[in-house]
Amino acid sequence: AGMLPVRGQAASRQPSDLYEVPTFGNVRLLHMTDCHAQLLPVYFREPNVNIGVGSAVGKAPHLVGDRLLQHFGIAPGSIEAHAFTCLDFDQAAHQYGKVGGFAHLKTLADRLRDSFGREKTLLLDGGDTWQGSGTSYKTRGMDMVKACNALGVDIMTGHWEFTYNQTEILRNIEAFDGEFLAQNVFITEDAMFASDTDYLYDDFDGQVFKPYSIRELGGARIAVIGQAFPRTKIANPARFIPDWSFDIHDSHLQGIVDKVRSEEKVDAVVVLSHNGMDVDLAMASRVSGVDVILGGHTHDGMPAPTVVKNSGGQTLVFNAGSNGKFLGTLDLEIRNGKIQDYRYRLVPVFSELIPADVGMQALIDEIRAPHLDWLNEELALAGDLMFRRGNFNGTFDQVICDALREVGDAQISLSPGFRWGTTVLKGQMINMERVLDQTCLTYPETYVRDMKGSELKLIMEDVADNLFNPEPYLQSGGDMVRVGGFDYVCEPNRKIGERISEMTLDNGERIEADKTYKVTGWATVGAQSEGPAIWDVVAEYLRDRKEVQVDRLNTPVLKGVAGNAGLTGYNGKVLG
Amino acid sequence: MGIMRVKAKARGDSTDVKMLIKHNMETGQRKDKSGNVIPAKFLAEIEARHNGKLVFGASLGPAVSKNPYFSFSFAGGAAGDTLELSWKENTGASGTETADIR
Amino acid sequence: PRAAMAAWASKAFEATEQGTAMKALFGGEMPVASADVVLDAPDIAENGAVVPVSVSTEMAGVESISIFIENNPAPLAAQFVIPEGTAADVSTRVRMGKTTNVTAVVKADGKLYSATKEVKVTIGGCGG
Ligand SMILES: [Mn+2]
Ligand SMILES: [Mn+2]
Repeated sequence: AGMLPVRGQAASRQPSDLYEVPTFGNVRLLHMTDCHAQLLPVYFREPNVNIGVGSAVGKAPHLVGDRLLQHFGIAPGSIEAHAFTCLDFDQAAHQYGKVGGFAHLKTLADRLRDSFGREKTLLLDGGDTWQGSGTSYKTRGMDMVKACNALGVDIMTGHWEFTYNQTEILRNIEAFDGEFLAQNVFITEDAMFASDTDYLYDDFDGQVFKPYSIRELGGARIAVIGQAFPRTKIANPARFIPDWSFDIHDSHLQGIVDKVRSEEKVDAVVVLSHNGMDVDLAMASRVSGVDVILGGHTHDGMPAPTVVKNSGGQTLVFNAGSNGKFLGTLDLEIRNGKIQDYRYRLVPVFSELIPADVGMQALIDEIRAPHLDWLNEELALAGDLMFRRGNFNGTFDQVICDALREVGDAQISLSPGFRWGTTVLKGQMINMERVLDQTCLTYPETYVRDMKGSELKLIMEDVADNLFNPEPYLQSGGDMVRVGGFDYVCEPNRKIGERISEMTLDNGERIEADKTYKVTGWATVGAQSEGPAIWDVVAEYLRDRKEVQVDRLNTPVLKGVAGNAGLTGYNGKVLG
Repeated sequence: MGIMRVKAKARGDSTDVKMLIKHNMETGQRKDKSGNVIPAKFLAEIEARHNGKLVFGASLGPAVSKNPYFSFSFAGGAAGDTLELSWKENTGASGTETADIR
Repeated sequence: PRAAMAAWASKAFEATEQGTAMKALFGGEMPVASADVVLDAPDIAENGAVVPVSVSTEMAGVESISIFIENNPAPLAAQFVIPEGTAADVSTRVRMGKTTNVTAVVKADGKLYSATKEVKVTIGGCGG
């Protein structure tokens, strides 16, 4: 699949140009991912810390701020600079307004489908769709299935979709008009022998879901292969999906690619992946015959693809950000059995520049109506810009950590490094809906328990290795666990057991291995915790105050990453 | 009802076998609620024979997961044949069962 | 006929160190790493109590296949006898408490060949 590596993104653009996407070729693939159930427009600050290690240093997706703009040739201060980076975020957010929202996505998707030709266009969703809002929690994801049906999603794969239980997942897939694909989910041996297995896609080799789909568009035959998040049962509770097992399964993927190319004579192979970009880049170098990977999970809004060489030629690896902020538009010219050329635009969805689709807006209002009292309760004003994304911390996560410690009367608090969660501008009202955006999952229970310093260090090192192991197949996506009540030193380039040091409580006392500390947190994946739901803890904390500030942002000292392209405007110390 | 669940399928000139055995595989490292050690009790030997000929043999330690699973294949075997399966614990307890090839 | 089952190798199964376990099982000869031994195990264990491991080889004259979990209290996990006519391709599931090397040893025509892979065991949680 030799192709000209065309830079997909023009430099500076006028707002009006944003939505005049020129047509090219005979097939159009629209790609959205990780919207995390955000039906309405939101603010979403991109990270200023997204450190790359090993061979990923200085390369996409580990580029932030000016380094990202320079790499992709985007004009500083432009509307696109605001979409892709956090530079001058507060000022630009006031200037350009909110992003995303399904009513605006629908208008944009329809325009991109009609201008190209609906029968030659596919809309693909990379997953993390059914989780992330109060309404998706209450409807167990069914609200998003309805919205995706209205949006006209053709194919999806998943990750947080698997945080409901098996029957709910199969029910939601049943109600979904498109196809749910995943080549890397198998039934466990125990379930193969015990429970009924007639729901399986293939009960001989145990595949739970349909692995791929062949679609005919613009005279070309295209195979779309689904790749669910391979670490789902490690990152999220295994107890919700006892009968299913996940892994990367790249040899199984290679088998499918070889089969569709030889037996089904496809002209192009596309993997709709929820691996995360670093894993996609590694997989693209090891699997041959894949033309395109449309990726998600790591929420990296990449304006242009990364071209990865492999034994079969090259693979274009894309990642389309999160929260409904972007709609990836890939136009392919397919002739003589292969992709001859392509054009790509990761189109930013600025809600104020796109009219809301009336039908979709009505559906959204109908979905929200029964829950408005809960969602609209006003809690406290944001005394600072409240955001989450970043390798080590976020101001909204500090509020969660502070709330946990105060309400739980604990010394230390831990909050998982999720990458979803919308932003609240300084001075705006934080209502329950905004708190739910940060905390809404199906295992919200909190805990308060004694923990030895040694166990705390083990947890920190374990999570750090998920991020900073130089071998992508040993990473799990997500950011560092956020901490309240102590600081530490982190050296990302060292190996597990050696990255975290000098853990020191806010009162200056060094944390000792065999001393016991009162620790609080939420979202435990092993056993279900007993405490109240995290959003109630945070709401209680916010109700006590008119305005909430982040007085102390627990921020690790970093060593060995000075000058890293994934680090700008760091509010902690960077030592060499 | 024995402890062995077997899926044996004749495929061309060979037979594929998948086997799941109901057993806790106690390692002897675990303690019960009142703190005393639960004695080691695990499957140590498994054999499968077809028409009297050994087609699979396994010696096991307690590192094998609870409800041990094995898959193997052997030349020959046809739908309707039976497999003779035997197991023996470290404690000496043992048993035999049969399974049909489909 | 080499298809008879050897008695349960208690010294090997009870050895608490991998080298000792190999010596007890194979009588002093150490295996040579070989690309002909195909060891399939996950990069990250989805559940340390149930880790799928498969071992296969196309070498001729295979007599046995053994699996060692280096950091386990007793590293030797299993030894499979491969009688004449049985494919040298077996799968099972093993326990591992922490990140460890998994080593498969194939005995073929009296010689020992091995493959090793590290499997990461994590605490889990905090998905992106
Ligand atoms: Mn996501
Ligand atoms: Mn994800």
